[in-house]
Amino acid sequence: MNNQIYRVLSRLFLVITLVVAFQLPVLAQEQRFPKPEFETGYEQPDVIQPVSRSPFMEYVDLFVLIAVISVVTWLALYKRSRKGIFWMSLFSLAYFGFYREGCICPVGSLQNIVLAIFDPTYALPITVLLFFLVPLVFSLFFGRTFCAGVCPLGAIQDIVAFRPIELPKWLQKVLGLIPFLYLGLAVLYAATGTDFLICRYDPFVGIFRFDAQFEMLLLGGFLLLIGVFVARPYCRFLCPYGVLLGWMSTFSKKHLSITPAECIQCKLCTNSCPYGAINEPVAETGSRRTGVKTLMNYLMIIPFWVVLGGLAGSALHMPLAKFNPTVYLAEQMVEHPEVTQDLDNIDVQTFLQSGESLDQFVLRAEEIISKFYWGGWILGAFMGLVIGITLVRLSTHRERKDYEPDKTHCLSCGRCMDYCPVKKPE
Amino acid sequence: MDRKTVKNSGSSRRDFIQKGMRLTLGLGLAGVAGIASLNAGRENHVWQIDPFKCVRCGRCADYCVLTPSAVKCFHSYDLCGYCDLCGGYLKPDANELGTAAENQLCPTAAIKRKFVEEPYFEYDIDHELCIGCGKCAEGCTAFGNGSLHLQVSHEFCVNCNQCAIARVCPADAFSLVPASEPYNIKGSFTAEGDEIVF
Repeated sequence: MNNQIYRVLSRLFLVITLVVAFQLPVLAQEQRFPKPEFETGYEQPDVIQPVSRSPFMEYVDLFVLIAVISVVTWLALYKRSRKGIFWMSLFSLAYFGFYREGCICPVGSLQNIVLAIFDPTYALPITVLLFFLVPLVFSLFFGRTFCAGVCPLGAIQDIVAFRPIELPKWLQKVLGLIPFLYLGLAVLYAATGTDFLICRYDPFVGIFRFDAQFEMLLLGGFLLLIGVFVARPYCRFLCPYGVLLGWMSTFSKKHLSITPAECIQCKLCTNSCPYGAINEPVAETGSRRTGVKTLMNYLMIIPFWVVLGGLAGSALHMPLAKFNPTVYLAEQMVEHPEVTQDLDNIDVQTFLQSGESLDQFVLRAEEIISKFYWGGWILGAFMGLVIGITLVRLSTHRERKDYEPDKTHCLSCGRCMDYCPVKKPE
Repeated sequence: MDRKTVKNSGSSRRDFIQKGMRLTLGLGLAGVAGIASLNAGRENHVWQIDPFKCVRCGRCADYCVLTPSAVKCFHSYDLCGYCDLCGGYLKPDANELGTAAENQLCPTAAIKRKFVEEPYFEYDIDHELCIGCGKCAEGCTAFGNGSLHLQVSHEFCVNCNQCAIARVCPADAFSLVPASEPYNIKGSFTAEGDEIVF
């Protein structure tokens, strides 16, 4: 009897020991060395958790944006003061550029908007939405006054435009297509959650911060150097946000005018614009009917451009997708299985540690690639449309009597106003 | 002549197109803003590291747009064993358990070692010196409790649209967290699915 009880007890003891023994390592994994019991009345300090810049300051930025753009609009359209616009742009360069170090900026905000549309989990700050909207709404009513005196990227180029030369019209048109491509790529990469291209390749943010990768500082310096002769190269031939502003400004309700009253065709303003954004008078030639016919012909070709662009874009989807880190890594591991042996390849080693199977990973990459396939179609079709419309605009002439700013490309800097000899009627 | 009275004249047609396009663009803009604003108005978010995903690869020190990086070492005192032989403070081949420079693992001597009582030491991080290389976090995780870990310090972080480190993080450890709870401090923050163990 006693023996039996002893055996049961000993077995129970064994079970308890085993349970405790197996339980212990689980706890020990968390705490190899348990926190000591201090005897000297030591008080443990709190973990330092520094707070970030108050979110209230973002509303200050927004207020400054609205205030500055309102003042610049007033200066450009009503006060007609180039000097005023110049000083405002210097202020913007100091505030949005050097003080805020180039962030938050409307140019980059368009990617947040795209990401918010395509990724429902992304929380879009309300200030970023307004930073995107305010300059566009102003542009829809008053032209690109944002470019004139608010954008720090524009301001830094504007002050170095010492010796602007006029580029041939064809070159301006060809280079003018780049911003559309840049916009399309920025939207594609933001929509697929791959990257924020505009921020990554912002050439001047490094100058604002006095700190960047060497290549980016080099690019910024190079653009500023070119900017001495080709005024505001980034704004005219790269800026993707400028495309949107241009669309708005083309159909703006009001716009800066060169002359305060009637144009007297004196031609004094023709050389004043460093951006080639003054349209000269054009006489309507030929009969109206042939003009309409040519226009119709060019419009008919647009679908052809769209399909051609779409085909080209979809054909390029693989090289485009390789910019995505997941796609890149999956491709590397499938094409070159030997990389798994490379202990210095942090990405591969981390993936191997993560426990995800290669098949799962490849499946994930293929999902992204299919997004790029359709994105490539849309991007290509968009570029085809842009080329088609550019050709239409090149081949149609609108009768124009006076010297007028080209509302799409005019940056509302106001240089031309100083050249106009006509005085404002009292 | 008043434009509006003349039907089908060039300028009234242009006016019509201008107005129509303006309205279209305005509505398009409102539409885009409307769709985007479905995701807006919520709390602001900031970048932060999940310390349980972090593999301490060292890229945080190199890829931040700031120099030195906004990623710093944070010390969860709750988890610390206050060891004399600290894997995060001392090099594995240290000559002695002391504060001499040649013994320290930290390349910038950002960890301060303070005697508490025999045989325990407190370790504090000087964020002005820390460069976020994660060497100490790796040492502490490999040999100790893992109380030293990397976090984005919001004293320095400029909260870029797309964090430059997040793009290259091999472990996908960066994510946007609500600004009201901007830190994932080990101890109070736990790995997904784990319960707090004390």
